Amino acid sequence: MAQVTVVFVQPDGSRREIVAPVGITLMEAARQNNVSGIVAQCGGACACATCHVYVKESWLPKLQPPEDMEEGMLETAWEPRANSRLSCQVQITAALDGLEVTVPEHQA
Amino acid sequence: MISTILIIGGGQAGAQAIDTLRREGFKGRLILVSDEPQLPYQRPPLSKKFLSGELAAERLLFRHQSFYDDHGIELKLGVRATQLDAAVRKVVLSNGEEVVYDRLLLCLGAMSRQLTCPGADLPGVHYLRTIADVPQIQSALKPGTRAVIIGGGYIGLETAATARKMGCLVTVLEMADRVMNRVVASNVSEYFAHEHRTQGVNIICNTRVVHLDGTTKVERVVCADGTSYEADLLVVGVGAVANMQLASDAGLKCENGIVVDEYCQTSDPAIYAAGDCTYHPSLRFDMRVRLESVDNAFEQAKTAALNILERPTIHDRVPWFWSDQFDNKLLIVGLSQGHDLQVTRGDPATRSFTVCYLKGGELMAVEAINHSKDYMAARKLIADRARPNIDKLADPQVALKEAF
Repeated sequence: MAQVTVVFVQPDGSRREIVAPVGITLMEAARQNNVSGIVAQCGGACACATCHVYVKESWLPKLQPPEDMEEGMLETAWEPRANSRLSCQVQITAALDGLEVTVPEHQA
Repeated sequence: MISTILIIGGGQAGAQAIDTLRREGFKGRLILVSDEPQLPYQRPPLSKKFLSGELAAERLLFRHQSFYDDHGIELKLGVRATQLDAAVRKVVLSNGEEVVYDRLLLCLGAMSRQLTCPGADLPGVHYLRTIADVPQIQSALKPGTRAVIIGGGYIGLETAATARKMGCLVTVLEMADRVMNRVVASNVSEYFAHEHRTQGVNIICNTRVVHLDGTTKVERVVCADGTSYEADLLVVGVGAVANMQLASDAGLKCENGIVVDEYCQTSDPAIYAAGDCTYHPSLRFDMRVRLESVDNAFEQAKTAALNILERPTIHDRVPWFWSDQFDNKLLIVGLSQGHDLQVTRGDPATRSFTVCYLKGGELMAVEAINHSKDYMAARKLIADRARPNIDKLADPQVALKEAF
């Protein structure tokens, strides 16, 4: 199975590279690797906004844009920014090899 | 000195407790007993994407085996706790083993309420609660299968939607006058019944099942008014009851669930409980509740774990729930019991609207249909006991958070 490397940056700047298979979500990759700060309480149903990440700007064009439900969730997530996404809604594809995201200080 | 913590139950609460205990630095012996043979997994997809085959079993797992290995978790899977002797802090397991604990956390969950009518014990009467329940239901989900679902609650309607999407001819039989009658407003019930009917699901309310008929397996459902429905597949979703036998046999205080306080502590100071099995105080709503909720299981488990580690923490959260049916997402936050005012924002015909409940001027619950903005705003507003301006609240053009 094809794999990619994705980078999770913690609020303190520490970086963690993880290898994830194509086909799962960014949230699942984080959870499987016990990445700190990705809570994902609802397990990927787009119902809790606790898997919020900031996507490094240069990667944004390579992601599918968020649907309305995700945008609505993000609006009142903890400190949303223009590059906010719910990691459960980001599918890992081969084009995302090297993707870098930052975990917020808090989740919803 | 707390050196051994025993967790019984491998659902959402058990998995979260492990996570919190290790993350917060507990270095002692940590044991998880689960009567299911699988590693702890998420249940919500069982009636949705797992049932439809879109999600593989591996993706249900909270953590892979390596996490438990790396964190020194002793897993005792496929093993049931048969007896609790609180006086000597000992649990007897179905494999004959005995475990002595310093602190015990009961995450026993709930079980499906069973039908009791004649024929209820026939083979082919399915319930949907654990992953082991899925294969037999799933194998029948194909075009043309006549699927009868008894119960129009979350499980019944989610299963109905999945079965319909897979081509089954689906009938839902509901005893009350509307679907999801215990959990949503009547216009929300109407909306969902309409959505199901538009997709071809036959929803029948005000109907009471009196017996199940069949020779070697269930073949037919017979109702009080004499109508009957042929069933190639029968799934029952008529609610759940707390698993508390182990606790009540041990003399722990139990009512509608295992009684705990706001610290998630039971009537025995060395024993805590979390999740669907608990009957616990809701501080925000000033009442005792038993909730079937991922969020509640998660939060109570976290609270219990911190208290076990002697970091006093209170469980004081506004609960939330969700349901996916066809392309609709129902998001609920708060508890609506005892409301004195109900306000609908928006028109159900637009397929996106919100029902708000108030009591004494305070927002206490919200049901948001395909409207995540209102839902997310309400989570904070309800916790803050915010008091909306009713005219603004009723105006869907005004953002919910601006109605205060």
